[in-house]
Amino acid sequence: MTTHPTLAVLTCYAEGGSGLDDATVWSVEVHLEGCPQCRAGLAGATADGTRALLERVATGLAGGIAAGPAPARRRRLWSAVHRRWLVWALLPWLTMTGAVLGCAVLLQSLQPGLPSLVLLLAPVAPLPGVAVAWSRRADPAWELIAGTPAAGLTMLLRRTASVLALVVPVLVLAGARSGVSLALVLLPCLAFTAATIALGAMVGVRRAAAGVGALWAAAVVLPSVVTEKLPVFLEPGSAPAWSVAIVALAAFAVSRADGYRRLSSHN
Amino acid sequence: MRTVSAAETAPTTHPWAVHAEGLRVRAGRHLAVDGLDLALGAGVHGLLGPNGAGKTTLIRALATVVRPAGGRLRLLGEPVDGRADLRRVRRGLGYLPQQFGFYPRFTVREFVEYMAWLKEMPKSMVPGAVQRAIDRVGLTSKANARMKTLSGGMLRRAGIAQAVVNDPEVLLLDEPTVGLDPEQRLDFRELLRDVGLDSCVLVSTHLVEDVVAACSDVVMINEGRLVYQGTPDDLIAQGGTGDAGDSPAERGYSALLRRHRSEAGR
Repeated sequence: MTTHPTLAVLTCYAEGGSGLDDATVWSVEVHLEGCPQCRAGLAGATADGTRALLERVATGLAGGIAAGPAPARRRRLWSAVHRRWLVWALLPWLTMTGAVLGCAVLLQSLQPGLPSLVLLLAPVAPLPGVAVAWSRRADPAWELIAGTPAAGLTMLLRRTASVLALVVPVLVLAGARSGVSLALVLLPCLAFTAATIALGAMVGVRRAAAGVGALWAAAVVLPSVVTEKLPVFLEPGSAPAWSVAIVALAAFAVSRADGYRRLSSHN
Repeated sequence: MRTVSAAETAPTTHPWAVHAEGLRVRAGRHLAVDGLDLALGAGVHGLLGPNGAGKTTLIRALATVVRPAGGRLRLLGEPVDGRADLRRVRRGLGYLPQQFGFYPRFTVREFVEYMAWLKEMPKSMVPGAVQRAIDRVGLTSKANARMKTLSGGMLRRAGIAQAVVNDPEVLLLDEPTVGLDPEQRLDFRELLRDVGLDSCVLVSTHLVEDVVAACSDVVMINEGRLVYQGTPDDLIAQGGTGDAGDSPAERGYSALLRRHRSEAGR
């Protein structure tokens, strides 16, 4: 509507529009939504009674806003972390992981003949955290969350990412202190996390973490400590093999992602 | 008051919001829901039944929390058994479980906001919807209190708030009036009537007077099967003076239960 309504039409509209037909009233309203000039003209043409009413409404609203609840405070980043239940549930497990890795570094310095304990323990370091992140015993609102659209592999990956964000710096520190290759510390760790997530879709994340950890401890850590030799998979040239394993396990986990959508008896 | 999107006012193409045919659901190893046929449209439906009848398992299956072991289940026109994509259906669901777990350090507002975020509501709508949900259940004065400081009835109301925050088309409440005092129960009945105007609400409860007062339809199940579905007045008409109970509805309830048990025993 490019033509502006006349002053007579605006005055009639301001007084209630009784002299105008419906089509004119509608077209004036639509025009006023987009034309500040005519709005100013309308403001000038309002009757005294309308002006008094508008002032009463404005004072009433201001009083209501002053008396009502205050606007919600903007949350800062540190308080968002402080409130996350996952951080508090993970704290004991992370302290344990840090202490175990610290002991491994200490033992390494005291007994240089032993194979690198940090390398042997790094793959299973994030597993307790991953098990806690997706367990109905640690998460009180489990049943509520299981029925939401966001529940599924994406949520588990988000939680696992926060676990890894806390575990990986500890691993890097321990690896740097004991002088081993960082790729050999981090790649098996990621591969085992991917394996736990992939298996967890079928048997439950807690069972998968416990099973993978126990298998690694029994089949690799114990024999290597006893024979004082690093196993073949942790030799310096095995980094590409671990990368391939990570990609394969991740693809397998994505293909079984359906298992994470429902509350099953395993999880 | 809230804005209504065009998608909400579009006509629906499904005949029933909840449609179950021969539904079988396991709870552990026991088949708690065994061949249930149920069709629910808009309105408030009360779910009655003795303990162990399969009410909680049925509501869990309708909330898509557990997978049915057999039969067909359609929610809002989409099949939810098998390997269907559940995200679209879950956005229109609201669920309050019987054992309502919560994060103690969260405030009420943060908790309802977190659930609104999990239900994938548009970010711009979340603060207004959260405030509206908190006002509807009457927790405005406690909106910034930590959940561990709330009493049982207030916790229950916070749970109801998170269930209605996304204005669901199917609202499933499992024992929502546990811990509420009589005045709060009256407010809750008002809320139910308000929500039931254009969505399907299923309330599982043991309190027969709540069902008669607030529900437009009564569904009774026993041992995993449908015993009766009809209006509360019809339920009252089923009972006579010889049946156990202190109110007409209780007499109707025990009459139907006795009849079903004798038929099953035969």
